[in-house]
Amino acid sequence: MIDVKNLKKIYKVGELDLTVIDDFSLTIGKGEFISLIGPSGSGKSTVLNMLGCLDTPTSGSLIINDQDISSLNKTQQANFRGEHIGFIFQSFNLIPVLTVYENIEYPLIMIQNLPEDERKKRIEKLLHEVGMYEQKDKTPDKISGGQMQRVAIARALVTNPKIVFADEPTANLDSATAHKIIELMKKIQKEHNTTFVFATHDEKIVAHVDRLITLVDGKIVEDKRIR
Amino acid sequence: MKNIFKIAYRNLLRNHRRTLLTASLITLGVVFVLVYTALSGSFKNYMIGQITDSSMGHIQIHKKGFVASVENLPLDKNLNGQSLEYIEKFLNNSKYIENYSYRIKFGGMFSNFTSTTNIRLNAINPDKEFITLPTLKDRVNNFSGKLEKGEIIVPDIISKGMEVKTGDTVVLVANNKTGSVNGINLKIAGEVERISGPGGRDGYIHIEDAKKVLRIKGVEVSEIVIRLKDVNMLEDAMKELNPILSKLNKKDKPAFEIHTWKQLSPFFNIVKMLDVMNISIQIILISIVLISILNVMIMSVYERIKEIGTIAAMGTPPKTIVKLFLMEGLLLGILGAVLGAILSILIVQGLDLMQITYSFGRESGLILEPVLALKDVFVVGVIVIIISLIASISPAIKASRLDPVEALRTN
Repeated sequence: MIDVKNLKKIYKVGELDLTVIDDFSLTIGKGEFISLIGPSGSGKSTVLNMLGCLDTPTSGSLIINDQDISSLNKTQQANFRGEHIGFIFQSFNLIPVLTVYENIEYPLIMIQNLPEDERKKRIEKLLHEVGMYEQKDKTPDKISGGQMQRVAIARALVTNPKIVFADEPTANLDSATAHKIIELMKKIQKEHNTTFVFATHDEKIVAHVDRLITLVDGKIVEDKRIR
Repeated sequence: MKNIFKIAYRNLLRNHRRTLLTASLITLGVVFVLVYTALSGSFKNYMIGQITDSSMGHIQIHKKGFVASVENLPLDKNLNGQSLEYIEKFLNNSKYIENYSYRIKFGGMFSNFTSTTNIRLNAINPDKEFITLPTLKDRVNNFSGKLEKGEIIVPDIISKGMEVKTGDTVVLVANNKTGSVNGINLKIAGEVERISGPGGRDGYIHIEDAKKVLRIKGVEVSEIVIRLKDVNMLEDAMKELNPILSKLNKKDKPAFEIHTWKQLSPFFNIVKMLDVMNISIQIILISIVLISILNVMIMSVYERIKEIGTIAAMGTPPKTIVKLFLMEGLLLGILGAVLGAILSILIVQGLDLMQITYSFGRESGLILEPVLALKDVFVVGVIVIIISLIASISPAIKASRLDPVEALRTN
């Protein structure tokens, strides 16, 4: 599913070249529930951005679903993300002018351009799965943080992505809500066989993942399979 | 496109005060341009109508050199019978000409038996002249509507100065082209109001009386005044009449000269000035639209960097992001243009109902009748909409080029 070899990312800071990720190799299989952990500045988010096709590696190969994505241009990257990848963000990032239903619908009309009946079928199914069907006509400012993250999960899954990347998805939630969200993602992972890759500090997520990858200074120091 | 419209519309509503403020600014600019166009158009049309319909006609034909020495009213630069026969062939075959009339222009002395003053006169064939200049009669006060032989229409400036009125008998004395003096008694048939432009202060007598006093034998006229079926046909009519100029005189130069009212009347310079002012005001409008839309769209991009990062991360192609922002600018432009057009139509109708009067030169009591042509509304609307789109291009491209990673980091 994801095959990373000798990935390197160098940022230019003034005249200095700052190596953030170095000699990073990793293979992730279908349906895995993985977390990248490590201290701040260890490169978790940078790895997640490169795996999520948001950032381009300086060198190395990055193959997702048998496609080399390390050399795609901006538009090709956008198309790839729209087809294969879902994102869940720390602060939910819902579009404030759209309702819950419309936020989930957004990728289907603006990116995948699906017909209305197909869209409706998928969205309503997901709304039931994340328990937000009753709130579907509300705008994000009328629902709670936990509900917003449920909507964000539904939005990430509506395009039927093979992989979902989540950067600190529970950081803005209280403990009880965070638990519910993690359980929801776990349930979806099992039902849809979707790969989830987290970048997090949250012990609650760490306790649920199948595999834990620890990063320090842009290098993998431990790759531990828990389940 | 429907969804892009929906999102753009809701984004505008998100900051509805700013949207309303910007749209109001555009509306104000549109109103300013359209009301000015209607007012200046009213003044322009009235003046052009007055000049062409009651004094000059649309086109005039003279013997070569007449216009250059028109102040002297030369009698040796008249068109003779042979020349008229030649020109008439063109006039009678024209598809643009509605009517034409002959005039003898000359100067003389006007006496009320106690005092004497100079007078400039147009000797006319009344039937032809009143058809060629349909509103000439409207300028004549205390007038029965007919100018008979032995009658004179006196410029009101002279009738007031010389204290004469309709029905009074006066004496006209004039020199013919050889210099001999002749006089004739005439009865005042009316008092003609002055208007701007050449010939605007001339009196009128019957052409047969002019022939008598000037001792003209045969056919001789100073000018041919032409009325077109439509004033907008001026250029086409001039092209059609151009072959008249192919006839050469003894000096191998064109024997005749043809002028449009634009070439003869100094008012045309005022028309050009009004048009330049109109263009200047349109440029101000364009600047208002450009700056306000650019400002709003730049703010809109900066306020929504994280949101742009989110939709880009989800896989929205840069092209779609450009469309989203262009649509916002377009909607703002359309809103301003539509509101501006509606408001302008209402204001112009209100001004029309108010019957506002104004003065121009020595003319007073002129009624302002502003009319807003649909073409003007359309043109201004299209300009505003195009400029709105142009102003949105730069912010839209900026939004589409944002790095999703950087954009998502923004708070």
